Amino acid sequence: MIAAARARARGEGAVGVPSPARRALPIAAGVVFLAASLLVGLAIGPVNIGIGAIAVSIASNIPFLGVHSHLSPTDNAVLWQLRAPRVALGALVGGMLALAGASYQGVFRNPLADPYLLGIGAGAGLGATLAIAYGHNSVQSYDLIPLAAFIGASAAVVGAYLLGRSGGSTAATLILAGVTVAAFLTAVQTFVQQQHTQSLEAVYSWILGSLDTAGWHDVALVAPYIVVSSVVIVLFRRSLDVLSVGDEEAASLGLDVGRTRLVIVVFATVGTAAAVAFSGLIGFVGIIVPHAIRLVLGPSYRLIVPLSLLLGGGFLVLCDVIARSVVAPAELPIGVVTAFFGAPFFAIVLRTSRSFRS
Amino acid sequence: MISARSVSVELGGARVVDGVTLELARGEWVTLIGPNGAGKSTLLRAIAGLVSFDGAIELDGAPIGSLARREIGRRLAFVPQSPLLPPELTVREYVLLGRTPHIGTFAAESIRDLEAADQALELLELAGFAKRALRTLSGGEQQRAVLARALAQEAPLLLLDEPTTALDIGRQQQALELVADLRTRIGLTVLSAMHELTLATQYADRLVLLSAGELVAAGPPREILTEELIATHYRAAVRVFHDESGPVAVAPRRGA
Repeated sequence: MIAAARARARGEGAVGVPSPARRALPIAAGVVFLAASLLVGLAIGPVNIGIGAIAVSIASNIPFLGVHSHLSPTDNAVLWQLRAPRVALGALVGGMLALAGASYQGVFRNPLADPYLLGIGAGAGLGATLAIAYGHNSVQSYDLIPLAAFIGASAAVVGAYLLGRSGGSTAATLILAGVTVAAFLTAVQTFVQQQHTQSLEAVYSWILGSLDTAGWHDVALVAPYIVVSSVVIVLFRRSLDVLSVGDEEAASLGLDVGRTRLVIVVFATVGTAAAVAFSGLIGFVGIIVPHAIRLVLGPSYRLIVPLSLLLGGGFLVLCDVIARSVVAPAELPIGVVTAFFGAPFFAIVLRTSRSFRS
Repeated sequence: MISARSVSVELGGARVVDGVTLELARGEWVTLIGPNGAGKSTLLRAIAGLVSFDGAIELDGAPIGSLARREIGRRLAFVPQSPLLPPELTVREYVLLGRTPHIGTFAAESIRDLEAADQALELLELAGFAKRALRTLSGGEQQRAVLARALAQEAPLLLLDEPTTALDIGRQQQALELVADLRTRIGLTVLSAMHELTLATQYADRLVLLSAGELVAAGPPREILTEELIATHYRAAVRVFHDESGPVAVAPRRGA
């Protein structure tokens, strides 16, 4: 019997559902999807650069391989100074939004939770609006927007958290506090916007989201926040599973529920605030990516968390490819693309997932 | 095993448990009875370290406040009245969550953990259900899954809050027989809270009657289940039936 249990433990038996071996395959598939998305993101654009040339160029950037790229200096600059930072930012932001969505859905046990649940969106929106409305004469106003959005987002969540704690600190009061803070900040933001109608278009396009401004400088600023947040949340993935049985039972299973929730919310918030600061309010990714994974592979966060990071990143890179190619040389707001293509895709997943799982 | 002295709990300004003193020896099965709102569930939750209280509660001589959450999880398994079952989680994934107190925060299950979960599944005859989603199980099967999760914890003490509500009479009997059987087979100590007095009588070594948060009587069923005590604390007119071993059934009496 012990031998049988060992065999099952290795994932060989009929019952070996959550074994590490069974989880490795979807994660490997996620890595491949992300890598393919990055390649597509690098390959597609007004200047035609072949996938092969890109692969060689990537290899030439790896030391000791001795590979030499044959790209012209112009192509090389297009690839590495224009497209690559934008693709990298897309992967970071998409991964972070999907991961934050999954985290909030887990800690609040609420399937409708998205990364903007606790007021991040409204706070960042107010911050950006203030920067656009009052900073428009200064040379640094462009650099000011991400900082103002980041501060606004963080302040909104701190406000929601304090308000929620005074109301009892259950998942429900925290969500209500987030809704309250978001409504208030949106009202202020709308007021400021109406007072500065000349800034309307800039505010509107910021809210719809874009990866347009990405240079390596932006990527370097945003990456540390997202990387650290992702690492922490991935480490806590099993705790998210434990939380799914309810606060009291999770506590009886030895989990410090309050601390776990706080740590996950803090890191999901910091990562999202950093992502939003540079990309605007890109919607839908944080909802559909974790739910698509959940529908196909089940509710264990040990798959949802790492896969959200991989698939969210790939998904946003592909959406950005669409956003900058369909009406080239103009661009669609990326938030439009995530919803326009994401919604039908999700509808298909929703329709087919039951049969897929059983 | 458990030693509770002068335990009081206040919830929202109301004193829900009021100065209860209770000792539980290793291997005993003690059942808390009492009318709705008597404080049975709250006392269980205090012993599980889930609500703050005044007084002293010790597990094997260690004050519960001095034990880390994880350590409490290794010493006692708590089955709440209406457990939250994530509908899409498979039975095996759910039972494996019972291993949480034995697994480091950032670690994965070891082979030992998988074996303990499989063993719990087999003890509760759930091996055939291992890959099924919880939502596809009947009420009785779900109850067994919850019990399997508690057993996977491998804690010597089992706290059961109303383990038989929502079960038909056959399922009630099966669930309690199972606990009785496991208790002797793997040496569990059981503290339960129950509404159903007839079943409480038949399965517990001792009954503890709570009323308005206070412990009003404790002892073997034949001392506690009297028509007078039930009339006083439940405001119910009942007849208690006996056989040679003591009380075996409590039936309501109409028009009294």
